[in-house]
Amino acid sequence: MLSKFNWFIFSLVALVGGLPFQAHAQMAHPWQFGFQGAFSPSAEKLHEFHSLLTVIIISITLFVLGLLIYVVLKFNRKANPVPSKTTHHTLLEVVWTAVPVLILVVITIPSLRVLYFLDRVEDADMTVKIVGHQWYWSYEYPDNDDMTFDSYIVDKEDLEEGQPRLLTVDNALVVPAGKNIRLLMASGDVIHSWAVPSLGVKLDAVPGRLNETWVKVNEPGTYYGQCSELCGVNHGFMPITIKALSEDDYAAWLLEAMEEFANNDNDNKPLKIASLQGKASVWEGSNE
Amino acid sequence: MSDHTPTGWKRWAYSTNHKDIGSMYIMYAVVMALIGGTMSMMIRLELAEPGLQFLEDLHFYNVLVTGHGLIMIFFVVMPGLIGGFGNWFVPLMIGAPDMAFPRLNNISFWLLIAATVMLILSVFIGGGAGTGWTMYPPLSNSLFHDSASVDYAILALHLAGASSILGAINFITTIVNMRAPGMTFHKMPLFVWSVLVTAFLLVTALPVLAGALTMLLTDRNFGTSFFAPEGGGDPILWQHLFWFFGHPEVYIMILPAFGIISHIISTFSRKPVFGYLGMAYAMVSIGAVGYIVWAHHMYTVGLGVDTRAYFLLATMLIAVPTGIKIFSWIATMWGGSITFETPMLFAIGFIFLFTVGGVTGVVLANAGMDIMMHDTYYVVAHFHYVLSLGAVFSMFAGFYYWIGKMSGRQYPEALGKLHFWVTFIGVNILFFPQHFLGLAGMPRRIPDYPDVYAGWNMVSSIGAAIAGFGTLIFLFVIYRTFTAGEKAAANPWGEGAKTLEWTVSSPPPFHSFSEPPQFDAKPEAAE
Repeated sequence: MLSKFNWFIFSLVALVGGLPFQAHAQMAHPWQFGFQGAFSPSAEKLHEFHSLLTVIIISITLFVLGLLIYVVLKFNRKANPVPSKTTHHTLLEVVWTAVPVLILVVITIPSLRVLYFLDRVEDADMTVKIVGHQWYWSYEYPDNDDMTFDSYIVDKEDLEEGQPRLLTVDNALVVPAGKNIRLLMASGDVIHSWAVPSLGVKLDAVPGRLNETWVKVNEPGTYYGQCSELCGVNHGFMPITIKALSEDDYAAWLLEAMEEFANNDNDNKPLKIASLQGKASVWEGSNE
Repeated sequence: MSDHTPTGWKRWAYSTNHKDIGSMYIMYAVVMALIGGTMSMMIRLELAEPGLQFLEDLHFYNVLVTGHGLIMIFFVVMPGLIGGFGNWFVPLMIGAPDMAFPRLNNISFWLLIAATVMLILSVFIGGGAGTGWTMYPPLSNSLFHDSASVDYAILALHLAGASSILGAINFITTIVNMRAPGMTFHKMPLFVWSVLVTAFLLVTALPVLAGALTMLLTDRNFGTSFFAPEGGGDPILWQHLFWFFGHPEVYIMILPAFGIISHIISTFSRKPVFGYLGMAYAMVSIGAVGYIVWAHHMYTVGLGVDTRAYFLLATMLIAVPTGIKIFSWIATMWGGSITFETPMLFAIGFIFLFTVGGVTGVVLANAGMDIMMHDTYYVVAHFHYVLSLGAVFSMFAGFYYWIGKMSGRQYPEALGKLHFWVTFIGVNILFFPQHFLGLAGMPRRIPDYPDVYAGWNMVSSIGAAIAGFGTLIFLFVIYRTFTAGEKAAANPWGEGAKTLEWTVSSPPPFHSFSEPPQFDAKPEAAE
């Protein structure tokens, strides 16, 4: 029974951990039980909904566990040497069909609300286009003269004090805090997935498609994420760093960045023709 | 022997006997489980600490992830539950002399061996397939996997699929036509029901996979572009086709487990199954709903929001029949006179762990919520709770329940119980912390992780070591059973074991029933 007791403790701890109590964390911390902190309206809504779900699923699990412990104690051979012959109880069967349906309705209504809230933003203040590559991200600012730059992982040796390993990039995606930002996703090769847990965003970058979602970062800060779709050898090594700045800081960064990245030419990006070129060379190769 | 039994290697290679073929499937599944399990141990070893310790070649890590998934699904759980226990006990439970098409049964098994050869070749050619078991293009296209390894993996799945389709046709024909006189569908044992539903899922879902695999094969080799956007194709089409097969596949793995658990709970509670018809039709409805929920594996690929809302609602439905099954098992135990032999321990463990995996499934069904969970360790924890702790627990339960019948020798009880407790504790330490890792945002399928995830990963790897030790105990149980096991009676479980396999000797004669057995027409006897 010891392990079942452990289970109970585990579940209780999970319940507490599921609540968004760590408001200032921007990435996960050691021995964490629940979500990272919520720093966008989407993440806040998801946290709230997950708290409801956590209560429901732990109640169900404890209920089933309680029933199991009860039958094990009450109806073992010593306690109950003569088994009953009951095999049907219509009311009971109706109840255990209907009650789960009611619970599901309780879940489904807020679930649909969250789903539609997360989907799109109607009045975006700006747009960022995110393109996945093996194995880096590139970010384009179509509102700012199509400024574009690549974002690679920083090697362990080159990390500065306080920069987390496997999450730090050379050029972070920089956005203004408090603005509605439309995010467009595409890919130059295989499927990637752009995910930042503390902002409640995850969307696949698929070649040949342009996916759309949105984010509003509540307050200035640095937020981390990782590629979330197996994309080849270095799938674990194309992190996402997004920096939210105050409006003034963002304006200043933008001026600098437009200068720094002025020579980055969109049209030479391998994005549009990479796979075609690859196909062509394979084709030529087979002709030889 | 008097039955013109073939002897020596011919008995096995040319076998048309459902019991011999079933035994071969079970032995095969055990061997493949050791291979797939070794792969998972290598994965957990690498993930025990942050940084890269053991696997310098990151592509090899992806090959391990791919191989572990493919082997466990197609070459362990399916052959073990369907080919092994299905072959052994469907004919015995319905009072049939053998399967309807004995030679088809033989080729089903040997096609699986051919598939295994293909899969092993795929690992050694060009470094192996590092695509994940889902083989999403473009990563699985020739551009990104240019060696023949993916082609071999595709052919392996083609052969395994053909093997399963033939087996499923055999099961459907056997169950529909060869039941003992008096055994109507509504008196059929629940394991037979579960295999019947599973077989229907197999014959309808696997051809979809075969079509998709063929399209991928021609994309790779003959210049078509079904899944290549530069030629007007769409990588998402693959995902739709794959998961249209893949979701029923999940139920293909768990439905036979449901059947086995029902019998064990009933036997050791010494009570007939509660709500027999509800149980049977819950399985039928799980199978039916399983066809219309596939895109809940694709919530983040960019589907329209209304589409996701539909799949959210459809997926939620599955919780209802699953709940009926859980509660009916508990109601079967209610008022019973329960003893706790090893099969019963595994069955009770199954009910609780499947509940845990089930409720996290309800969380994942929410398309919005899934944005936080998709492709994180939360999903890994969820599907290992329903498969590694669900389907595999049912295989252990079935093994202990029926090994006396199959081999004629009973397993050592104390060792069996030890195996259960070590495994139960090990797998929970292994998989429960993965919920925390997933909630904290750790992605799947990465060989190294940010340092903050180190703690729970270490706990998880310790759990893997304990579970691995449990596997060694299991191998010792097998060894002791065959070298020192007590002779098993025809029915070692007493009054609770009512199905027809307990009316024949242990092991059963080469030809089980020379004339149709007497079938008690009372519905209780069917349970």
